[in-house]
Parts: sequence; C-alpha cells; structure tokens
Amino acid sequence: MKRYTRLFSGAIMAASLMVAPLAQAVNITGAGATFPYPIYAKWAEAYNAKTGVRLNYQSIGSGGGIKQIQNKTVNFGASDKPLTPAELDKDGLMQFPTVIGGVVPVVNIDGITSGKLKLNGEVLANIFLKKITKWNDPAIAKLNPGVSLPDANITVVHRSDGSGTTFVFANYLSKVSEEWKNKVGADTSISWPTGVGGKGNEGVASYVQRIKNSIGYVEYAYAKQNGLTYVLMQNREGEFVKPGLASFQAAAKYAEWDKAPGFYEIITNEPGKESWPIASATFILMHKVQDNPAVAKEVLKFFKFAYAEGDKMAESLDYVPLPDNVVSLIEAHWKANMKGKDGSPIVE
Amino acid sequence: MNRKNTLYLRRRFVNGFNLTLSMVTVAFALFFLGWILLTLIEHGFGDISLATFTQMTPPPGSEGGLLNAIVGSLLMVAVATLIGTPVGILAGTYLAEFGKTGWLAPGTRFINDILLSGPSIVIGLFVYELVVHRVGHFSGWAGAIALSLIVIPVVVRTSENMLLLVPNSLREAAAALGAPQWKVVMFVSYRAAKAGIITGILLAVARIFGETAPLLFTALNNQFWNTDMNAPMASLAVIIFQFAMSPYEDWHHLAWAGALLITLLVLGLNILARALFRRDVTHG
Amino acid sequence: MRSRLRRSISQGAILDILFLNTTRVFAFLVFISLFGVMITLLMASMPTLEKFGLSFLTSDAWNPVTQEFGGLVPIYGTLVTSAIAMLIAVPVSFGIALFITELCPTLLKRPLGIAVELLAGIPSIIYGMWGLFVFAPFFADHAQPWINDHLGSLPVVGPLFQGPPMGIGMLTAGLILAIMVIPFIASVMRDVFEIVPPLLKESAYGLGATTWEVVWHVVLPYTKVGVIGGIMLGLGRALGETMAVTFVIGNAHELSTSLLMPGNTISSALANEFTEAVGELYTSSLITLGMLLFVITFIVLALAKILLIRLTAREGKTT
Repeated sequence: MKRYTRLFSGAIMAASLMVAPLAQAVNITGAGATFPYPIYAKWAEAYNAKTGVRLNYQSIGSGGGIKQIQNKTVNFGASDKPLTPAELDKDGLMQFPTVIGGVVPVVNIDGITSGKLKLNGEVLANIFLKKITKWNDPAIAKLNPGVSLPDANITVVHRSDGSGTTFVFANYLSKVSEEWKNKVGADTSISWPTGVGGKGNEGVASYVQRIKNSIGYVEYAYAKQNGLTYVLMQNREGEFVKPGLASFQAAAKYAEWDKAPGFYEIITNEPGKESWPIASATFILMHKVQDNPAVAKEVLKFFKFAYAEGDKMAESLDYVPLPDNVVSLIEAHWKANMKGKDGSPIVE
Repeated sequence: MNRKNTLYLRRRFVNGFNLTLSMVTVAFALFFLGWILLTLIEHGFGDISLATFTQMTPPPGSEGGLLNAIVGSLLMVAVATLIGTPVGILAGTYLAEFGKTGWLAPGTRFINDILLSGPSIVIGLFVYELVVHRVGHFSGWAGAIALSLIVIPVVVRTSENMLLLVPNSLREAAAALGAPQWKVVMFVSYRAAKAGIITGILLAVARIFGETAPLLFTALNNQFWNTDMNAPMASLAVIIFQFAMSPYEDWHHLAWAGALLITLLVLGLNILARALFRRDVTHG
Repeated sequence: MRSRLRRSISQGAILDILFLNTTRVFAFLVFISLFGVMITLLMASMPTLEKFGLSFLTSDAWNPVTQEFGGLVPIYGTLVTSAIAMLIAVPVSFGIALFITELCPTLLKRPLGIAVELLAGIPSIIYGMWGLFVFAPFFADHAQPWINDHLGSLPVVGPLFQGPPMGIGMLTAGLILAIMVIPFIASVMRDVFEIVPPLLKESAYGLGATTWEVVWHVVLPYTKVGVIGGIMLGLGRALGETMAVTFVIGNAHELSTSLLMPGNTISSALANEFTEAVGELYTSSLITLGMLLFVITFIVLALAKILLIRLTAREGKTT
C-alpha cells in the first residue's frame, strides 16, 4: 500500500516540478500570526512600490507560523508568542520584535461608558476565575467610588480559538494573580474557568456587544474600530491608565530588551507611570543559518525599511512602532547572529 | 358506502395536508434564502465596483479590489474540477456498473462515504504533508490538489447514485441490440444520468469555491498578482475569511463584495448548466 | 460479412475490457488517495491514543496548558447539532423535492430548482457571519424568550430549552446547519424523484392513488437508495461543517443539558485551535478528534446500511 502512496505522491511532485517557475523578481513568503497581518500587508505594498520586491505575508496563526519556519516552507515565520531561548536553539532559530499592540478589557454595562470603569489586575483575574460574579461586588465597588454598578451576574467572554491575544492576557493575569498562575496558567489556548468563547477578536467583540453585563478582551484596534466600552486598568505603579498608543509605547520603553536573551520579553505589567499593563510585541522568526542568504538578506532589508519608514503606517492602523533604541539592538542582533551556510554574516 | 366515503375523505385530507406542508417547506427554504441574499446584497452590492475586478487586494486604508483572488480562485477551482470530476465519474462508474464483485468497490465506497464528512482542514493537512512539506513551499498546485480531494467524494457519490437509478431495462435493451458494455455505459447510462451527475459536479464546485481551511495550508494566499501555480496563490475564500475577521471597515467591505461574487458565480454556473441540459430536466 | 461482424464484436470486447479497467484504475486511485488521508490521520493521532487511550472518549478535560485532552464535549456537540439539523432538514428537503417534482407548475420548476441550489452556493463563512450578526440577535430577541417560556417549562424536555437568551448555542448552530444542508438533500432527492419511470407513477394514478400516496408508496420506495444517499450527503456536510458552526455555537468547552447554551463541535474545535496549536500532543489530540469524526460517520453509515437491508427484506415479504 505504501508503495502506491509513494507512487501517487511522486506523480504529483513530478507534475508540480514540471511547471517550475521562471526566474522572476524577488518573491518572499512569510506566514504566521494574525495580529500583525494588516501592518505587514501595508508595509509590503509600500515596499513593493518602492523596490519591486514582493513580500507576501499571510496570517495562518502563530502556531502555524512556528511550524512553517521549522519545516522551512516559508522564508520567515511570525508569532505573537515569543519562543524561549531553549525553544529557539532547538530549531536553530532567532527572533526579533516588529511592532507593539495592546489587549484591552471591554465591557457592556448599562450606564457605563468608555473609561468610566476602573479595574486592577487582581479583580480582573478574579472575574475571569469566577470568584467575582456580580458587578456590584465590593471589590469592584471599592475601585469605583461614585459609579453605580448593577446587581447583575457577570458574563465572561473569551477567545475560543488559539490566539496570541489570549496568551498576552493570560500572561498578564498570571503575573498579577498567584491563583491564576497555579490554576490556569498562560498559553495561546487555555482551559477557561468560565464564560463563552467567540471566534476571533470579531467574535468576542460581537458577543460583548450582544450580551448585557459581559466582559471580554480584544486587541486595541478592534475596541477602537467597533466603538467598544473599554476599561481603565491600574498599572504596576498604581496609576489608572487609558489604553492607547501612548500608554502602549510607554510599556515598550520600560521593557529591558537588552537584558532579554533572544528578545524573549513579554511586556505585560511593566513599570512606568504611563504604561498600559497588558501590552505585547509581535515577533518574526528566522533560521540562524540561512540556506539561501540572498533571500534572507532581502527579508532583513524589508524589516530595516519597515523600522525606518514604516512608523506612520503602523500608527495609522493602531500599532505602536518600536522605540529607536530597540531597533538598533535588533539590527546589531542580525549582524551578530544570522549567517550563511559558509559562516559569513548576512548583514555586513 | 359510508365507510368507503370516510376513507376517501381521509385520503383526500391526508393528501391535501401533506401537499400543503410541502409548500410550507418550500416557503421555509425560500424565506431563509431571501434573508441571507438580502443581507449579502445589502452589504455586498454597494461594495462591488470596477476596482473590484481590476485591482489587487489592498492593505487596510488603501483602495483596492479582488482581482488576484478572483483569478486565483478560478484557476484553482478549475484545475481541481478538471482533476476531480473525471476521476470521480469514472470511479463512480466502476462502483455502479462493475462493482458487483471483489473488494475494491465496497472498499472505495466505504472510504468515500466516510470522507464526505471529513473536516476539510484534514484534507489540507494531508496535502500539506504530501506536497508542500516535500516540495518546500506553498503553491497553487497544492491548493488545487486539496480542493480536488474534496470534489472527488462528492462526485463519486452522486455519479454512483445517479447511475444506479438508471433502469436496468434500458441497459438490457441496448445490450440486446448488440452494444458492447462500454457503449451501453457511455451512450445509455451516462445520458440517462446526465442531469444528476452535473448536479453533483455543481454541488462540488459550489462547495470548493467557499472552502477556506484546505487552502490555508496548501495554496496559502498572495497579496500580489500571480498566475504561477507553483507559487502561493490568492483565493476568494481565504481573502474573505481574513478580511472579514479584521478590524478595518474597508476590508469588511471587500469581504462582503467577495462573498457576493462567489454566490453570483455559483448561481451563474448553475443557470448555465441548467440551460445547457434543459431538455434532460424537463423530460425527467 | 460474417468476419466483419466478428471483428466488430471482438473489437467491442477489447474496448469493454479497456473501459472496465480504466474505471477500475480510477476507482483504485480514489481508494488509494482517500486511504492515504486516513493513514496520515491515524499516524498523526498516535501520540494521543498512546497517552490517553480510550479515556479520550469519556474525558471532558481540554487543557492545553497542562496537556490534558478529552473529546467528550466536542463529540456530544457534534452529535447534537447534527441531529437537530437532520430533524429539520430531512422533512423540509423531502417537502421541497415533492413540491418541485409533483406539484410545481412547469414554469416555476427551474427557478425553484436554481433557488434551492443557490442556497448551496453561498460560502459557509457567509452563513457564519449572517448567523452571528443577523440571525443570532434576531433569535435571541424574538425566538428564545418564547422558547424559554413555552418549552422550558415542559416536563422531561424542559431543561433542554432553558437558558439566557444569548442567541448563540447548539440550537442556533443546528438551525443554521439545517439551512445549509437542505439544498444538498433536496437537490439529490429532486433528481432521484425525477428519474422514477413515469410508467410506474401513471399506473398508480390510474388506480386512483392521490399525489401523496404516489410519492409515499411508489416514488419513495423506488428511490430509497438515492434518497438515503442524499441524506448521507447532507449528514456528512452537517457533521463536518466548520465555519458556520464556529461562529454561532459559542465554543464553550462545557457539557450543558440546555440546547440554548454554548457548546463545541469537533470541526469547530479543529478550526478554532489547529492553527495556533503548538506541541505534539495538542496537535495530535485535535487530529484524533478529526479521526473520531470519521468513526462517527462510519457508525452512522453502518446504521443506514442496516436500515436499507431491513427495508428491502420487508418488501420481499409483503409483495
């Protein structure tokens, strides 16, 4: 039986090889995380207009991105969840951040408008742990003097699909709640103690809009574009901050990228008075040793362009560009770590 | 006399009642069709313009269309149908006409029926391992192969069913006139079952036009213009999925436009096929 | 003259063998490729089967962080939503096919047929988005309160219909599935009904049978293999349908008695989590779920086969 399977696949391979591509303009393929898809698409269009290089990025999910770069079916992978240095070494990979975004808790309560409700990490964790089940719970009331909260059950809305957004959110809750860390933990999919699951940010946004007295979490762009009611979060310094480009950038500034080996840095619960506590970067994955240095060089050129000229485009789509000091760290990292097969560096 | 009368009345009543019910079911289906189409048109029509057919898929905030996705979808669906249909019909022919003995027919029938319900993402996975992983990159070919694997079970099942329904007396009549079996199948069975087999193909095409999952890991997608089947290729379904799930208004509009396009395309195919084989349908 | 006849006969015989073998090769090709899919699946689900064994079937755990997986919730959800879908879709499709083949004025026949097939042409993601943005809100505001009040208080089945009116959940998913599979079943039924030789129907009418009696006692028995084939086609679609269900089922990994509560299905679990799943055991558990879908289909198919055999046997006795 196996022989026939092989025969069949051989025939298919032969068929696909027969139509081998003619030499064309440089084509780069990347795949992975859905969160940065819009901005990569935008950068790619601008870069194509400028240089003629076609960089095709497709969102297949962070898990898919990691798998594809391991299998070398793409020139670069992308993930919202950084790989640990050990995971990187196992496959001979390196990673670097590109843009920053934030996760925003959103609610649907009669009489509550954006920025009116204040929460802190512990209360947020307890709501999602099902320990706080009513909106007029003393713990919430204490943070919101003068705000009238209904005596209604809280419906938790979370992501049903595996997602970098969930990872960042759960990572934050693990940092601020011992119980969350032990009972639930952080990953792209987790075992939720309570609530309904919506597919994608779209799904969560729509459920929160539909279900009275609900709370969910979405990426900032969705909260903004859908006009959802966001919550002020108390950060590590005890300040209540508003989600937005400024507070996300503040969190990125305080992150100690230079002390994070392999850029393994999750910028939740960062210090700084203006920092939004649930911010995160998204990452690019590439092989350290490149079989095809010419293509790798083109990929890095693209990201160099993006760091240098892509800030405005990022901000127009509600992404936060990386601070300049981080960009120079990344470029130094490229020079030091990425090599051709013969050991020569890709970036001069 | 009286008993006979009530029996007659009861039969009349049952008949009338059930026939009314059948009209209600048609109304039920039409109601939902109308509702969904209305939603589609409401969202989609305003968004279809000349640019939809002349420009590439844009990043958010820019003008653009769906040209690369339309072409990609048409290419891959066409190749998939070209591979899947003959394979499916011939295999279905074997099952219906020759499959009375041996293990092959029941074996194929069995696996085929099971695969009809297979989650399509699994097909994508299989082709990923078979083609993408070995060749080392995503390609339109891989996408077309994945789609053809979805076409095959549908066509096999409908072809076999339709051929089995051709009355044996027709075959016997042809055989009695001295026609060899291949002629009987080609000129008698196929002819009698034509409408049904074409319905099967149409259903298969309709299904693969909207398939996202098997393409995600095979054809991937492409932001740029591409007709090279050996490179990642755009498709309407994947574009609709990605754009619909994004936060940006202009992408939502394109997603709705794409959805309306797929629906219109499938409708067009339907009408075309029905027009071509009109006589078959009206003659039953 | 005779030799020419002989030659043409022997030519026919050669072509016959050629034709038979061509179709056989293609049947074999289909067998092999589809068999390949099954083998790939089986191999990919080995890690899960080794780790959890049969307890995968009975466990409702699904925790990617602690790497504990069980398939009970999605299996239950798949069966329930498909059952709801078939409960609605089979009679409706039968009614539509009956109307088109027996009652409909010729002028309306084609437009109606096309309309029904148009329902099949709408991509499933559109059903999903329509379900999420249009149907679910409508259902929550207008249908669910009524269901809660009138069906929720019934004995025995009451608990099935209690719950907050969210508009999403297993009942909504089943309803949308029904709408999606109706065209599949209806168009196959219509095609097989049309193939019934007019002679058979005419003779029944000649004996004074009503339209309903002709359909029920003549058309249906004559076409039962095709009808069951069509139902299987629809059921297959319902079991494996992904996108539409994923948007409206609520994707909660919990067992609940109420049909108004969110649940999960095998295919939506796959669609939700596959692309983000990292780690062998997680991926493998998702693929095992996919395998289980095949097993479920197999059982359903086997039941249908048995049903068919019994139907045929009974016929043999009465006539």
